[in-house]
Amino acid sequence: MNLKQKALLKSLWVFHMSTGSCNNCDIEIIDCLTPRHDIERFGMVLVGSIKHADVLLVTGSVTRKCIPRIKRIYEQMPKPGFVVAMGECSLSRGMYINSYNCPLPLDKVIPVDVYVPGCPPRPEAMIAGIVKLIEKIKATSEGKK
Amino acid sequence: MSDILYLIIYGFVVTALVGFLASWFERKITARLQYRVGPPLLQPVYDIVKLLGKETLVPFGVSKATFLSAPLLGLASVALVSTLLWVNTLNPGKTFIGDLVVVLYLLTIPSMSMMIGGFASRNPLASLGASREMKLILSYELPFLLAVFVPVIKGGFSIKLGELLSFQAQNGVFGGGASGVLAFVVAILCVQAKIGFVPFDVAEAETEISGGLLIEYSGSSLAIFKVMKNMLLCTLPLFLIVIFFGGLRFDGINALYSLLKYIGILFLIIVIKNTNPRVRIDHAVRFFWGPVMVLAILAVVLAFKGL
Repeated sequence: MNLKQKALLKSLWVFHMSTGSCNNCDIEIIDCLTPRHDIERFGMVLVGSIKHADVLLVTGSVTRKCIPRIKRIYEQMPKPGFVVAMGECSLSRGMYINSYNCPLPLDKVIPVDVYVPGCPPRPEAMIAGIVKLIEKIKATSEGKK
Repeated sequence: MSDILYLIIYGFVVTALVGFLASWFERKITARLQYRVGPPLLQPVYDIVKLLGKETLVPFGVSKATFLSAPLLGLASVALVSTLLWVNTLNPGKTFIGDLVVVLYLLTIPSMSMMIGGFASRNPLASLGASREMKLILSYELPFLLAVFVPVIKGGFSIKLGELLSFQAQNGVFGGGASGVLAFVVAILCVQAKIGFVPFDVAEAETEISGGLLIEYSGSSLAIFKVMKNMLLCTLPLFLIVIFFGGLRFDGINALYSLLKYIGILFLIIVIKNTNPRVRIDHAVRFFWGPVMVLAILAVVLAFKGL
């Protein structure tokens, strides 16, 4: 693993995009920044622009209106970048699975690296998801050697 | 030859290292004030190295030269200002006529470079941020000049940084008198706006205009802007120490005093940042042209009276 990747793992900047979620997952994301779970310890911060981000965190069942937009956002992310799907809706569309408005789950639209299940996932689950992401990045970089 | 060494070693390397430490200190103190743990010591370095290793995207239809040279312009001007300040701190004899004026001009260029980058990036939110930054410059620049004018009056109308320093070494610091205290209060509020910290961070408000000026920057160009901002955290307190508190000295016990001065000013800036909400741009303009301006004029009048 080279210097670049070590630095990347120690400062993952997260951009959060809601594709029609019920706001429950979004509140749980803010929970990660509170004193109890403080993810700034690991160098993670929420950023306001996708151009600054390393991780695209997607919540919500991907609606018809959102599909072109999530594709554009994904294309604008500077690489290397990773996608985390969060909550039951973006994993499998949850209770909207038969809705006319949610034709595809997220991983049929853009490639997803890590799934965090739950409705909403607890902050501990989110941190576990990020640990999974870090291990995945490490494993792929060692596989390349 | 030695001048180039000053530029590279003191102007860039030392300032950047102190700036990284200051940036970590700022994030750590912010975290502790909110009962959090905060990032590790090397966090600013990790951020910069990571950004340097990422892809640099240039938006469609943008002048590449303007967009990518704006961060370099800001970095160069900050490095020049800190070189001038370090040269005068270490060797007051090396001053020249009007270097205070040069420093004041160069201190505006970081904000200018961010404005150029913002307008060049062809994004409505970045243009909004740039226009807010412009209004902010128009509002804080005059009180800042008046506050800097106070040491000039007290130092016998000298516009040499080195002479101001040696005057303070003989006759006591300018920050001691009534006019000095008032001018220092004005100057620290203006410095807060110059760094872009919370009460006056309207130009890059993350929750309203999602990054503002820097919204389209990514990869190494964003890294250069981050380095520039970290260096400003070293340069601006150093400037305040030079004109109000007699500069830094590194012999014996004076080294401890110098450290205390720097950390004290930095801590004051951080506490102001953490105890205030963001003001709206019209409130910021009214604040600087109203109460701060009155304070600055009062300080100048008191300085003329010899207080």
